[in-house]
Amino acid sequence: MSVEAPAVQTPATPAAAQHRSAGMPTPLLGMLLFIASEVMFFGGLFAAYFNSRAAHQGEWGPPTSAPPLEILPIALPITIILISSSFTMQLAVWAIRRGDQARMRFWIGVTLALGVIFLAGQLYDYSQLGFGIGDGIFGTTFYTLTGFHGAHVFGGAIGLTILLARGMQGQFSQRNHVAVEAISMYWHFVDVVWIALFSTLYFLR
Amino acid sequence: MATTTLSPRTDSYRRSWVLDWLTTVDHKKIGIMYIVNSFLFFFLAGILALVVRSELAVPGLQFLDERTYNEAFTMHGTIMIFLFVVPVLAGFANYIVPLQLGAPDMAFPRINALSFWLLPLGGGLILSGYLFGGAAAEGWTGYAPLSGPNYSSGPGTDLWLIGLMLVGTASILGSINFIATIFKMRAPGMTLFRMPIFVWTVLVTATLILLATPVLTAGLIALFIDRNYGGSFFEPATGGNPILWQHIFWFFGHPEVYIVILPAMGVVSEVIPTFSRKPLFGYRAFVFATISIGLLSFSVWAHHMFTTGVVFLPFFSFMTALIAVPTGVKMFNWIATMFRGSISFTTAMLFAVGFLAMFLIGGISGVMMAEAPIDFHLQDTYFAVAHLHYVFFGGSVMGVFAATYYWFPKMFGRRLNERLGKVHFWLMIIGFNVTFFPMHMLGIQGMPRRIADYSPDAGWTVLNFIATLGAFMIALSILPFLVNIVATFINGERVGDDPWEGNTLEWATSSPPPAYNFDRIPPIRSERPVFDLRHKHDREHLAAEAAMTTVEEQA
Repeated sequence: MSVEAPAVQTPATPAAAQHRSAGMPTPLLGMLLFIASEVMFFGGLFAAYFNSRAAHQGEWGPPTSAPPLEILPIALPITIILISSSFTMQLAVWAIRRGDQARMRFWIGVTLALGVIFLAGQLYDYSQLGFGIGDGIFGTTFYTLTGFHGAHVFGGAIGLTILLARGMQGQFSQRNHVAVEAISMYWHFVDVVWIALFSTLYFLR
Repeated sequence: MATTTLSPRTDSYRRSWVLDWLTTVDHKKIGIMYIVNSFLFFFLAGILALVVRSELAVPGLQFLDERTYNEAFTMHGTIMIFLFVVPVLAGFANYIVPLQLGAPDMAFPRINALSFWLLPLGGGLILSGYLFGGAAAEGWTGYAPLSGPNYSSGPGTDLWLIGLMLVGTASILGSINFIATIFKMRAPGMTLFRMPIFVWTVLVTATLILLATPVLTAGLIALFIDRNYGGSFFEPATGGNPILWQHIFWFFGHPEVYIVILPAMGVVSEVIPTFSRKPLFGYRAFVFATISIGLLSFSVWAHHMFTTGVVFLPFFSFMTALIAVPTGVKMFNWIATMFRGSISFTTAMLFAVGFLAMFLIGGISGVMMAEAPIDFHLQDTYFAVAHLHYVFFGGSVMGVFAATYYWFPKMFGRRLNERLGKVHFWLMIIGFNVTFFPMHMLGIQGMPRRIADYSPDAGWTVLNFIATLGAFMIALSILPFLVNIVATFINGERVGDDPWEGNTLEWATSSPPPAYNFDRIPPIRSERPVFDLRHKHDREHLAAEAAMTTVEEQA
């Protein structure tokens, strides 16, 4: 049988109509549940941050020996980069929903590149801050929160790399691309955590 | 008709027996591995309990120094909770839930295998502290700053932290799997309100694990950072707050109590209807009570922290008293199920009734301690030790043994010997009460928990000695259980697929079930599909009789 010209064109019905069991595909539900557990994990860390801050005596912020925390030149640009990567990820999802594999690969590649730039920027930022994880409660919470967020971006980047490799082999199609949907959900989640974290660290001062 | 084989036998991919078990993704084999692994940890932690009780039998330090004593009760608590009660119930759930739903396996079989294999790894790490200069010794609650770098140096506590993170990850992955299985893998006709109660309790438990365990992981990581990278989370000198650990720990720790009791309640809710030959009284009330317990369990954590002076006592007191209401509803469910039932006291049923009685005592002492004025007197005394053992042992462990006797024939096709089972039950429940009931009195007399020694003048000697005798009686009760297991494998009674005349779908397939679970699934029209199937002919007979009457009336 020819793959290029199937005898019957698959109608573009919603995914739900093609599954025997209606509703969300099981792997997607699994990813959503995993994200729920991650929300609680970051919830714990955020709670630690706010608890420490509420109990803190005196000025809240980096130790006086270090320069104050600045939004420029690093934090804001990498924030914009990470937020953009959510849009490029969504473009990849929309592309594969139309069955456009080439465009999906392109946008996943862009997303991965933006994610890596974010991580590199964050590491560079760490090198410029002038305080460490052991320098008082602010340093501890700052590096724990941003570090674990960074680790999650890194995990997402691994997921994107796997998607890209599988995309190169043509493993995704209009009907069969639940992995792309799942990783995109995770990527959006990591992005939302960063927005919360960025606002907490740089705006709620 | 095409002659396609619809159910390929796994025998066609036969591997060696060892490799087969090591690499299996079959929920039934994984379930059995969970249960066996958990029981091994149970025996180990039980031996540690005997060590602790032996030391406390009479005043003076006879066997241990304080450090080893602290390690013993820390490892006892940690292993019993994280590596026995939680995983053994997860093991039964692993085996039974897909069967009760009419599913061929769990939703994510390979993640299921991963969840299991993380357990021996995490447990091994926790215990490996003994090889590196001493295991963790801060109690299973690991309170900061005692567990911090200044008071607990050495790798034991770090290994404890890493091990718990792995065990927690295993629980989280397992809970994702259970929820996905319950929502996506039900057989046609198995609506949510036709699910067996055991499945409902596992669903709520999995949700609690999913939402509570990651918070503990965050706390464990924070403590790890404090200990190893100079962090300040729980270190007041550099701006941290040790009370934060208690908040984080108990935000996980109190749902954890329901994580270990809800599946046991589910087991009891399967066993009691089966052996009372009645449907569970108030199915829906039971389901809503289970959900309410799940919701309320997130609002009571600070009742462990009344004496810290930083929590709002009336709120947590009130919420804790409130959570007793749905629990009371369940008590009525079980008792009303037995009322006017045709009860047969098999060993499983004895353990289920034992659960009711013992958990009632544990629940009542829990509500007592939820009242702040009483709690201020009883905090960290042996009263708390008595209470938690009535809940964990009198509740969960009784449920575990009920499940063992009830589902053993499903797993292996042979029934455990009832006579030995009853010896096991009576020795265990008497030994349990001899051990833990005196601890209520010791607590009221002011004996603090977690002490290695006490003064001969304190007046605690007799009760402590009685408690130690009881502990050895519990240990003795394990012997008939082990003999029973071995004897049943050698020469147990083969009892067919449905020895108890069960109600739920696991009894509709062979014992043990084939790798794919079901060749045919009976129609599911109620929460008791196998009961319906068994009485199909009664119903047809009644229908025929009714039809005949109509004909006669017409004639």
